[in-house]
Amino acid sequence: MIKEGSKTLLEVKNLHAAVEGVEILKGVDLTVRAGEVHAIMGINGSGKSTFSKVLAGHPDYTVTGGTATFEGKDLFSLEPEERARAGLFLAFQYPVEIPGVSNSALLRLAYNTLQNERGLEELDPLEFEDLLEEKIKVVEMDPRFLSRSVNEGFSGGEKKRNEILQMAVLEPKLAILDETDSGLDIDALRIVASGVNQLLTPDNAVIMVTHYQRLLNYIVPDYVHVMSGGRIVKTGGKELALELEARGYDWLKAAA
Amino acid sequence: MTMTKEQCFEQLLLGKTIKSESWLAPIRDKAGERAQALNFPTARHDDWRLTDLSPLFQHDFHPVDSYASLSPADIDALLIPGSIRLVFVDGSFASSLSDLKPAGAGVTVSSLVERSGDAQVEANFARLADFEQDTFAALNTRFFEDGAFVHVTSETAVPIHILNVATKRETPSAIYPRCLIVMAANSLATVIEDFAGQNDGINFSSAVTEVVLGEDAQLHHVRVQREEKSAFHIGHCAVEAASGSVYTSTSLAFGARVSRHDLHVTLRGEGAEATLNGLALIGGRQIADTHTRIDHASPRCISRQLHKCIADGAAHAIFSGKIMVREGASGTDSAQSSRNLLLSGKAHIDTQPQLEIFNDDVSCKHGATIGQIDADALFFLKSRGFSEEQARNLLTHAFAAEIIDRIPVPSLVESLDRTILERVNGADGAGK
Ligand SMILES: Nc1ncnc2c1ncn2[C@@H]1O[C@H](COP(=O)(O)OP(=O)(O)O)[C@@H](O)[C@H]1O
Ligand SMILES: [Mg+2]
Repeated sequence: MIKEGSKTLLEVKNLHAAVEGVEILKGVDLTVRAGEVHAIMGINGSGKSTFSKVLAGHPDYTVTGGTATFEGKDLFSLEPEERARAGLFLAFQYPVEIPGVSNSALLRLAYNTLQNERGLEELDPLEFEDLLEEKIKVVEMDPRFLSRSVNEGFSGGEKKRNEILQMAVLEPKLAILDETDSGLDIDALRIVASGVNQLLTPDNAVIMVTHYQRLLNYIVPDYVHVMSGGRIVKTGGKELALELEARGYDWLKAAA
Repeated sequence: MTMTKEQCFEQLLLGKTIKSESWLAPIRDKAGERAQALNFPTARHDDWRLTDLSPLFQHDFHPVDSYASLSPADIDALLIPGSIRLVFVDGSFASSLSDLKPAGAGVTVSSLVERSGDAQVEANFARLADFEQDTFAALNTRFFEDGAFVHVTSETAVPIHILNVATKRETPSAIYPRCLIVMAANSLATVIEDFAGQNDGINFSSAVTEVVLGEDAQLHHVRVQREEKSAFHIGHCAVEAASGSVYTSTSLAFGARVSRHDLHVTLRGEGAEATLNGLALIGGRQIADTHTRIDHASPRCISRQLHKCIADGAAHAIFSGKIMVREGASGTDSAQSSRNLLLSGKAHIDTQPQLEIFNDDVSCKHGATIGQIDADALFFLKSRGFSEEQARNLLTHAFAAEIIDRIPVPSLVESLDRTILERVNGADGAGK
């Protein structure tokens, strides 16, 4: 929800980034304030995942120009884990499998690392189990998934739900959801969307990266941005998504 | 004192005088002669080509003649609650630290010397561990002081823990742990052989274990080598499995400056099965070498093997796994997998499967991989707030856990898990 005077979480200015020497992002500007929901749309290859990963600090991507601040701090001076501890979260387009690490152990260790960072008490496995019992309701996950290795043998939809479970446990200030909707059937989409909606507060914000408009029927964006050729070429309200649905992206390419 | 290889060997051969029963004395003599004739292996021995023993040769190892007395507190961290426990300190039986009470009917666990008159001991001792061809087995057979004798004739759920502790001594010590396990027909047990040290002591442990499985017997044989990183450990284990028996080995190598484990399993009877799980987790300048041989000597035997090496620092891990299928061993079913994780650019892993097949009607699968920590998994964990070090530790632990988790003793799994997490957290890390 857009609110006058709410705090700026993320401010990206003229961001350029390259991978393997090829410039992919060519001047991205974006401001996200607390309480807002942003959607970034665009065809495959337009640079949406690159933008997400650059913000999260993926080592394959080099920032070649521009700035990004997170709550006023220079984001690019922070290691990926420092960004996470500062409250930035990326739900991956392709979640990795980690054989041998149970979902619940991962969540507990990650949670306790953040608690430490925030100067709060760590939870022991039993206390954490109670917390987790509440959190899995957000994504309607079967508790049996907790004792399984992270994402190992999970279906596409289960992996995406698992990302949102991590978000629910870690309570980030800014969550970037990279194509969390792709590969989901309609029921899974509803569950994931309702999970995200439950986690939204006036103090946090979400950036949804997608190339379908259907997710936006469930999570209503305040802003819709269109990315093309490594830049945001148009920004509008939720009606822009419908227009994109009806007209496709070509008219924007021409405009850019 | 810096030694030459020759001086080191001569010193070991000096040994000390040990009194033996009349059946054993000639075996010891013969073993002594063989040791002398064989001498230390050289790089010309195919089986030792990759193993750099030179750090071993630099020490002047003495036999142990006066025994340290350890208190229960000294070994507390190593104990497995509820187990039958046999403790050896520097190769000598420590009855005050042992606990034989949990042994029920059908389970004999004792010092080998105490039972040297037992028909099973006389019939099986030095029958499988071939000292004719193996210097270290010969040295052990010549100089072992005492050992463990386990004879199981029923099914027991109580784990049998054989704990060998090397103490820190004024001069480097030569220790010869010995173990004989006889599983009668239809018996079932779990035996844990455990090798540990104290206070960065310098010891050379040359261990020999012999395992006899009767028809349809089942044994899970756990081996934990967690000696001090200043120690040297050479282990030789020979197993013979009768028809229908099931031998499972889970063998871990964490410790020692240089360690070597030879595991020879002969599937002697029809339909016998062997599962070999192995893990070497080393760092710094450690060397850990595992040589296994599974001999399919009868029809329709099954073998499964998963060996993992994790090498950090400038460590060197070696795995050589031989599968032999004899003429006539039709219907053999064997699968071997070697999976390896390199944690540093200076570490080094050699893996070599070897198949010797003299039969057409067999299924032998094998595969080997050497990889590094998965970059995507590492980034994922960092994006969830884990530091580089925490993330690497978690992934390393996960890789090791697949083997550790196969140990059927939950309290041991838990304590080894802790050891591993501490270890990957500790000074052995990538920096070193
Ligand atoms: N790791 C990489 N290596 C090489 N090229 C990459 C890499 N990541 C992205 N690219 C390239 O960058 C462009 C944008 O990709 P991406 O950010 O994944 O787009 P989107 O998420 O919008 O589909 C594409 O041309 C893609 O091939
Ligand atoms: Mg993408």
